[in-house]
Amino acid sequence: MRGMIDFFRIICHNKRSLIGLIILVIFILMATAGPFIFKLNMTVDYNNRYLSPSLEHWLGTDFAGRDTFIQLVHGSKEVLLVGLLAAFFTLFVGALLGTLSGLVGGRLDAGIMLITNLFLTIPSFPILIIMAAIFSIRDPISFALVLSAWSWPGLTRAVRSQIISLKERDFIVICKVMGMSKPHIIFKELMPSITSFLSISFIMTMRGAITGSVGIMMLGLAPYSPTNWGQMLNLAVSQTGGIFNPLGFIYLFSPILCLAFFQLGSIFFANGIDEALNPRLRG
Amino acid sequence: MNENNLIEIRDLSIEFKLRSGTIRAVDHVSLDIPRGQVTALVGESGSGKSTLASAILNIVSAPGTIKNGSIFINGQDMLRYNANRLRQHRWADVSMVFQAAQNALNPVMRIGDQMIETVLAHQKMSKEEINKKASQLLDYVRLEPDRILKAYPHELSGGMKQRVMIAFSLLLDPQLVILDEPTTALDVITQDYIFDILLKVHKEMNITMLLLSHDISVVARVADRIGVMYAGKIVEVGETFEMFENAKHPYTAGLIQAAPSILDDVNDNRSIKGSSPNLLNLPPGCAFHPRCEFATDLCKQDEPRAISVDSGRISACHLNEKGEMLA
Amino acid sequence: MSSLLELRNISMIFEQKSGMLGKPTPISAMTDVQLSFEPGEILALVGESGCGKTTLGKVVTGLHKPSKGQLLFQGKDVWNMNKAEFSEYRQSVQLVQQDSYAALNPMRTIFQSLSDPILQHKFVRSRKEVYERVCELLNTVGLTPPEQYIEKYPHQMSGGQRQRVLLARAISLKPKLIVADEPVSMIDVSLRMAILRLMSTLNKNLGIAFIYITHDLATARYIAQHGRMAVMYLGKIVEQGSVHDVLAAPQHPYLQALLSAVPVPNPRIAKAKRELPLKSLDMPSITNPPSGCSFHPRCLYASQTCEQTAPSLMPSDKTIVSCHHVEKVPKWTIATVK
Repeated sequence: MRGMIDFFRIICHNKRSLIGLIILVIFILMATAGPFIFKLNMTVDYNNRYLSPSLEHWLGTDFAGRDTFIQLVHGSKEVLLVGLLAAFFTLFVGALLGTLSGLVGGRLDAGIMLITNLFLTIPSFPILIIMAAIFSIRDPISFALVLSAWSWPGLTRAVRSQIISLKERDFIVICKVMGMSKPHIIFKELMPSITSFLSISFIMTMRGAITGSVGIMMLGLAPYSPTNWGQMLNLAVSQTGGIFNPLGFIYLFSPILCLAFFQLGSIFFANGIDEALNPRLRG
Repeated sequence: MNENNLIEIRDLSIEFKLRSGTIRAVDHVSLDIPRGQVTALVGESGSGKSTLASAILNIVSAPGTIKNGSIFINGQDMLRYNANRLRQHRWADVSMVFQAAQNALNPVMRIGDQMIETVLAHQKMSKEEINKKASQLLDYVRLEPDRILKAYPHELSGGMKQRVMIAFSLLLDPQLVILDEPTTALDVITQDYIFDILLKVHKEMNITMLLLSHDISVVARVADRIGVMYAGKIVEVGETFEMFENAKHPYTAGLIQAAPSILDDVNDNRSIKGSSPNLLNLPPGCAFHPRCEFATDLCKQDEPRAISVDSGRISACHLNEKGEMLA
Repeated sequence: MSSLLELRNISMIFEQKSGMLGKPTPISAMTDVQLSFEPGEILALVGESGCGKTTLGKVVTGLHKPSKGQLLFQGKDVWNMNKAEFSEYRQSVQLVQQDSYAALNPMRTIFQSLSDPILQHKFVRSRKEVYERVCELLNTVGLTPPEQYIEKYPHQMSGGQRQRVLLARAISLKPKLIVADEPVSMIDVSLRMAILRLMSTLNKNLGIAFIYITHDLATARYIAQHGRMAVMYLGKIVEQGSVHDVLAAPQHPYLQALLSAVPVPNPRIAKAKRELPLKSLDMPSITNPPSGCSFHPRCLYASQTCEQTAPSLMPSDKTIVSCHHVEKVPKWTIATVK
């Protein structure tokens, strides 16, 4: 408990990470509470299309007369959920395989590295598009699995190197002499030393997954929900003429700006994590 | 400025602003470094000796700042040098052999190339001339020039790297060479001949040296004069023989007593009680009083000033002011 | 009656790979080492870097399996023990490392680092007992009041304090033998005696045997006052005996050179001109050791026999020495002038 309080105290002390935290919290609220507060109404209303921002419609209306802001809010839920799930899958697989590979070594290590290197040499985004086209994506979970398929190898390699270098450190060697159990060494000694690294990786993976997901949705390959940002971008291009239609600017740029802010928030927040988790940096 | 002194440090103070408070790493220090002698600065880690030495090259690392004071070299205050003059001063007037030589050498450059680069940064010399000089210096420190000039740092042992660092420090014929713990992490035999080389350099090239160490046994062999630092202040300065035979400050006496030796009676050895001072929370009065067996009430209230107790001898202890000598 | 621990003809050979296609070169870190320890005794193992003393420490603590020879704990071969016996051996032989900063997990408080082994081996049953036991350990090593240190992280303590924590951790499992690998070399000289005195007290009061590994003869002499000393050179023991006998009349030329090189806190003696009784100053590489007696290229008294055959440890005077010409070697004094 005291650890959590200390953690947030340091995040708040660092101006950058504080801004990052605020931005992320806004998005989380948008994604969780937003859909309940702002009710979605997707009925087409051509009479009210392309309305400018007003008190009734905070960001105006889209090409079919529907409120842009509310769509954005509902879209954020989808986007963040997929990003979160993808980051979890990546973290789980990456950390597990990386730790096993680094600790056990030998043939298991060689085998895991072979598979990892294979995945790393294949360009990710084109394959992602192909996979999205083949496995029809109908829900966030399958989407997240597809997205994480290409981010776990990088994390595996990084975790493996960290574990290998940590293995030789004096404070790990002494565990062997004192007869400490393997679970203790992994969870109490090794993991805390890589927590900071894993947290930052988590945020970066989430960021990357969200960007990737928006890209795929924009290409129309995961059209399972009409409100997510990628789909909004897709419709912006196909239905409103993209940047060539000044009336559709808000509809086009609002998801882009949201994405940009989310990325900014993530990076700023990650900035403070290392300091918050490492007792040496806290002074 | 006294002609006999190469360097005169006057009232130097260096502070470090940390999150938890401000540390006075060097506290109103005045010290003379006489020309042509080996002066040693002895103190535990955290006593301020490395910080003081880095000021002589004006390379105090952040967040340290020089708050006040002057460092006169040949009559000029080098802390007031402009950028150009400072660049000339570094390495050509004063050079330094750092602790743990391995970190000071560029791992991806051959030794010979690094030496050429160093010289060219200060003066115009042809590559052949530089190589010739470098070979001479390497010979001097008992290394094979042909092999070493072509080698990368990782191909050399710790002792060899330290000798290379000594050769480096002499490249531009400096007036003063500062050696920061030149032999920690080296074995006794290697340590012995590094000091042999240093003494040879000192005598034959007449180079003034400032040697920093936490080990008083090591300076007993090499130093002509010893300055002792504690918690950022100078507590005693004097000639080596006199310091050992008749220490005036209890800390100096403590250091000599605490040094393990193969010659003394094993039961005789006493360590200084207590632990190193916390620079963020120094005790009132004399910083050493919690660990001093002679501490009086005055010591707990008043900080003693460094005064001249004999010709060339300085001591900062209330006991000396009263004229009492320590046995 | 078997001794507490015995190294029987132990050799450690490491394979150093030379590139992808080259054959690996064997490096003999230890050659045919014979040593035994009784309960409660102290042995100072002296030598310079590369002599194999750290490797010996790792063999004793079970971190390296000997390439040749046997490590016997209470008469049984450690690497042939069953699970229970090996567990007892692991608990009984502990290690204190040189770098106190690297030896403690920087993410864990002192309390956590000290309570982990106690909890692992189920020495205590409740949280309250753990806390009491940790405080007791801190008191034993002189870190009082314990409450002041319990919640600290390693980086918040000085080198000397951390070294005491390492000792506290080592004694927490109630070991029979502790291997201390250069425990004071990273501490200021003025603070070393306090730590050494602590180790001496632990040895006397708790009956723990110590192997004190160092390159510093002055501290070795202090800690092993009533114990033994063994001098190593390039993986072999070259002289061995009681500390008093070894230092009063050192016989091996390498030991004499070491003694001449030790700094002395007395300017009159230190400044007296002398050269080390050595032919060459650089230590030969362990990947390419000299033939015959590995010390012969640096030895003033070497003969052709020394180049061809390696000597073995033989009793001579009051100690055992490995030297063909031990009678030729003059008596050592501090002012040995060449």
